[in-house]
Amino acid sequence: MATTHSLTPAMQRQRNARLRRSALYLALLAIALVAPFVAYPVFLMKVLCFALFACAFNLLLGFAGLLSFGHAAFLATGGYFTGIMLASYPGLTPELGILIGTSAAVVLGTLFGVVAIRRQGIYFAMVTLALAQMMFFFFVQAPFTGGEDGLHGVPRGELFGLISLADNLNMYYFVLAVFVIGFALIQRTVHSPFGQVLKAIRENEPRAVSLGYNVDAYKLVAFIISAGLAGLAGSTKTVVFQLASLTDAHWHMSGEVILMTLLGGVGTLFGPVVGAGLVVSLQTQLAQSPLGNWVSVILGAIFVICVLSFRSGIVGEIQKMVRKNFK
Amino acid sequence: MTQAFILETRGLTKEFRGFTAVDDVNLQVREGHIHALIGPNGAGKTTVFNLLTKFLPPTRGEILYRGKPITGMKANEIARLGLVRSFQISAVFGHMTALENVRVALQRTLGTSFHFWKSERSLDHLNERALELLDEVGLADYADVLTVEMPYGRKRALEVATTLALDPTLMLLDEPTQGMGAEDVDRIVELIRRVSKGRTVLMVEHNLSVVSRLCDRITVLARGAVLAEGDYQEVSRNPQVREAYMGSEAAEEEASA
Repeated sequence: MATTHSLTPAMQRQRNARLRRSALYLALLAIALVAPFVAYPVFLMKVLCFALFACAFNLLLGFAGLLSFGHAAFLATGGYFTGIMLASYPGLTPELGILIGTSAAVVLGTLFGVVAIRRQGIYFAMVTLALAQMMFFFFVQAPFTGGEDGLHGVPRGELFGLISLADNLNMYYFVLAVFVIGFALIQRTVHSPFGQVLKAIRENEPRAVSLGYNVDAYKLVAFIISAGLAGLAGSTKTVVFQLASLTDAHWHMSGEVILMTLLGGVGTLFGPVVGAGLVVSLQTQLAQSPLGNWVSVILGAIFVICVLSFRSGIVGEIQKMVRKNFK
Repeated sequence: MTQAFILETRGLTKEFRGFTAVDDVNLQVREGHIHALIGPNGAGKTTVFNLLTKFLPPTRGEILYRGKPITGMKANEIARLGLVRSFQISAVFGHMTALENVRVALQRTLGTSFHFWKSERSLDHLNERALELLDEVGLADYADVLTVEMPYGRKRALEVATTLALDPTLMLLDEPTQGMGAEDVDRIVELIRRVSKGRTVLMVEHNLSVVSRLCDRITVLARGAVLAEGDYQEVSRNPQVREAYMGSEAAEEEASA
C-alpha cells in the first residue's frame, strides 16, 4: 500500500532515536558501575535516592501536568514504614522492608489522589500541600516515629538474607539496582499506551474528555505510580542512612524536589537525575565550606536564575540545542 | 416519528445566577442532516453546545439521543456513544505529532490505555489507519510534524481527522471556520461535506455563506431561545431573523444580492 511506504522514514527515525537512547543508557550505566571507586559511595547513594524521588515527581508534573506540593509525605511514609519494620523485626530482610514502605506510600498515594485529583492547577497543589502537612504533624506526634529525634539505628541487614549491606559497596549496587528499576518503570510508563493518554491530557484536557477518556482515572493512576516511586526512594534512603527523620516529611522537601526537577528539566526523563545530582552536590559541598549557612540562599538564587534564563532546565536546553543543530 | 431524530432536546434551559443563557430550547436534529445553529453574538449557541456535549450541566430540560435520555451522562461517556465534539479554539495535542494526535483517539477502543507497563510500540499497528485518516483530511505529509508547528487551518483539519478516528455518528462542530482565511474556509467546507456522508453533523457557525452552502437545516437562536427554524431560504426570509441580524452579515448579503 502507498501508506506503508510513507511510514518508513518516520519509523526509521523513531528506531534511530531508540537506538541512540539505549546507547546513552548503557554508557551511563557503565559510569554508574565504576562511580563508587572514584567518588564516595554514600554520597552517590544519596544522589540516587533523590534522583529517583525527583523522577517520580517529574512523572506527575512533566508528563501529567500535575504540580504536587506534597510529595515529601510519600518519601517520609516510605522511609518511616521501612525504618519501623526493620527496627522492630530483626529477621526482616531489607528488600522486604523496602517493599512494605513502598506499599504504604502507594496506599497513602491512593488516598491523597482520590481527594486531590478533583481539583486543578493551584488548587491541586494546595490540597496536596495540606494533606502532606497533616502527615507531617502525624509523624511528629506518633509514638513510633521518634518525633523530633527521628528513627535511628535502622539495621541495613542482609539482602535476601545473604549479602551484607553493611558493606558500602554492596549497598551501593543495591541502591543502583533499585534506581534502575524505578527509572525503567518511569521510562516505560511515559512510552506506553497509558503515557500517550497522559500526554494528551496534559496537552488538552477537554479534548481528551471529548475523545471519551475518563481523565480523572488516568490522573489517579499516574499519581499512585508517582507516590509509590517516591515511597520507594524514601524506603531505600532509610536503609542507606539507617535513619528516618522529619526532614523528609517537611514541606521544604516537597519544595526541594520541585527545584531539582525544574533545574534539571521538567518533562525530560533525565532532567530530574541531573537536577538531583546538582542540588545534592551543592548541599554537600556548601555544608563543608564557610558558606554553610547560605545553602538556602544560594539554591534560591540558582532557582531564580534558572527560571528566568533557561526555563526548560539543563537537560531541556541541551535537548533543544541538539534538535536545532543536528536536525 | 421520534426515530428520525438522532438528537433532541426538550425544554433545555441553563441559568447562570439568575441570567437565563438558554431558555426552553427544543431542538430536533434529523439523522443524516447537516444542521446549523446560528444566531447573533451572545445568543447562547456555545452554551447550547456545551449542554449537549455535557461540558455544562443543564438547569432544566432533557436531552435525548436516538430517543434515549442522556441528560445525566458525563462528557466522556457520550463520546463513547458516538457524539464527538470539536472546540472553538482548535483542540489538538500540541506537543504530539499529527499521527500521535489521531492515534490517541484510535487507541481507546483497544482497551489497553491503562497499560503503563506495555510499550508504545504496541500501538504501531494503528499507524496505518491513522495515516489513512490524515490522508483523508489532506495531512498525510504532516504525519511526523509536531502539532504546535502546524498552521492554524491544518490544525483544524487535524481536529477533524481525530474526531473521525472515533467514527462518530454525530459530529458536533463548534465554529469550524472561526478565524480562518477564505482559502482555508473553502477547504474546511469541502472537508465537512465529504466527511458528513453517512453521519449527522450539528455545527455552530458564524459564517452564513458556509451555512448556506452546507446545511440542510438551520436553527436560529436569539437571546437564548429559538427564533426560527427551517432551511436556508425559509430562515433568511424570516423578518424576525433579519431583524436580529440587522447590520450584520445577513443584511449585508441581502444588500449586495
